[in-house]
Amino acid sequence: MSKPVYIAQTNCITPLGFDVDGNIEQILAKVSGIALHQNLTKSGIPFYAAVVDEHRLNQAFQDARMHFTKLEKMLLLALQPVVTESGIVLNEEVALIFSTTKGNVEKLEENYTNIEPALLSGLAQKMADVVGFKTQPIVISNACVSGIMAVSVAKRLIQAEVYKHVFIVAGDAVTEFVVSGFNSFQAMSDAPCKPYSKNRSGVTLGEAAAAVLVTSDPTNAKVKILGDGSINDANHISGPSRTGEGLFRSVASAMKEAKMIPEQIDYISAHGTATPFNDEMESIAFSRSGLSAAPLNSLKGFYGHTLGASGLLETVIGIESVLRNQLFVSLGYDELGVSEPINIIEENRYKPLIRFLKTASGFGGCNTAVIFEKMN
Amino acid sequence: MQNDNYITATCRIHNNEMFVDGQSIFKTQAADFAEFSKKAYQHLGISYPKFFKMDNLSKLAFLGAELLLKPEHHQSNTALVFANKSSSLDTDVKYQQSIADKGNYFPSPAVFVYTLPNICVGEISIRHQLKSENSFFIFDAFNANLMCSYANLLIDTQKAHAVLCGWIEYFNEDYRAFLYLVSPNGNTIHNKQSLETAYNQ
Repeated sequence: MSKPVYIAQTNCITPLGFDVDGNIEQILAKVSGIALHQNLTKSGIPFYAAVVDEHRLNQAFQDARMHFTKLEKMLLLALQPVVTESGIVLNEEVALIFSTTKGNVEKLEENYTNIEPALLSGLAQKMADVVGFKTQPIVISNACVSGIMAVSVAKRLIQAEVYKHVFIVAGDAVTEFVVSGFNSFQAMSDAPCKPYSKNRSGVTLGEAAAAVLVTSDPTNAKVKILGDGSINDANHISGPSRTGEGLFRSVASAMKEAKMIPEQIDYISAHGTATPFNDEMESIAFSRSGLSAAPLNSLKGFYGHTLGASGLLETVIGIESVLRNQLFVSLGYDELGVSEPINIIEENRYKPLIRFLKTASGFGGCNTAVIFEKMN
Repeated sequence: MQNDNYITATCRIHNNEMFVDGQSIFKTQAADFAEFSKKAYQHLGISYPKFFKMDNLSKLAFLGAELLLKPEHHQSNTALVFANKSSSLDTDVKYQQSIADKGNYFPSPAVFVYTLPNICVGEISIRHQLKSENSFFIFDAFNANLMCSYANLLIDTQKAHAVLCGWIEYFNEDYRAFLYLVSPNGNTIHNKQSLETAYNQ
């Protein structure tokens, strides 16, 4: 059951650009997608967020067959090129996984007694129909680990020979629903987020879409998926475990499957939301895992917290890191503000890289860890 | 070729009634789910005050898990694989109402936290101390095929010793829970047909 599985195509739609190369260019120039916005919510109170420019999106998205929400345009712009470039015929052996936390939740603003337009299965089916999938889409809605959990689920389904190829699209939008919710937790920073920093003060929200092809076909493979784990903290529904238990066990499960020791991890793309509790928990989990020395970043200083998209978007960028032997700066970081030592990447720099670990954590005590290895 | 896995136990909660392995074990009159869930909680002799902070989806999932998870599951590696159609929309709608009117604006973190479907899995993890694999899927209807494949592969790849699977659907007083334990031992073979039979019972 250990047939090798790979990621072979990637794409992303973000405030930094509508393709992977464009995004990397901006990251290398240390340009953040986070900006101060005034008119995103009805209150008109300005706040920092990383938002995709609607005008630019509408120029890029030219399908006038039916009405599409902003999120749907982002998802399709991410997914369609991945499907097209793969050359894969969409048949019964090919699945689509859609990862999101809230989907088209804004539909509830129009009419909160009719949930039909807000159903995630409906949104997934719409995407599947537009692109031409022949199988029933699979939706993962597992808080902020959804995007990276989808990679794990895809790899597992392929190894179990349920499918031969799995396309994944992940996305979430910045909405009044989510902004007000994070505000109610007092979890939003009033300045661009500063992951792992002493003066961090909460999340900056973001929106994005990302898409990948997970496949057992090594042609055009970028990375191999070596191991995974998605273990719950079993501690608290809205705060992480103080000992980082779930994340620690998720990393351990992935490492065991990959038959690796910590020293072999060249880079960690961590979650780093810049809340006091999350970043602290991660430092403890990584330290317990023997990963204190591995160069580590959070990409949330560039993209904000893109919720259901984050795990997949950050994996797409992490793949570029290893392909280019390039560590990307953990933007927003200034001074270490967590109790356990971790090796934050403070500047963009060259380093030979082969294997990286992607982690994410989320409400409900969930955690996911996946290990990738660059193809030769 | 992998060995078969088995459905060790099932439960259903629907229409103010609870069934375990096809047998009705509790039925009551109740004006709404709040009343039913409270009576079910009392009937099962549960002592877990946090139950009353949960939203409806989490209460429904919690009760189902309570029927199937025994103390021996606390130590074993029992994964949780849940799914539904309506996600957390029952709570989402309540939360949306709290932010819809600027003149009557009362967003609450205690409500907002339940606007994610996987929270119900977290509640069960905490109650039964299951530091195990967990996932939440959304389908238009119970997807026996995917659920069967995924639970099997978790056991076959040793990511879990057993899997508690659940279809936990709740929206606006319309609810249906179908939970079942999958493990390497049992009488009923775990496959798509037996799952559909049990679901439609």
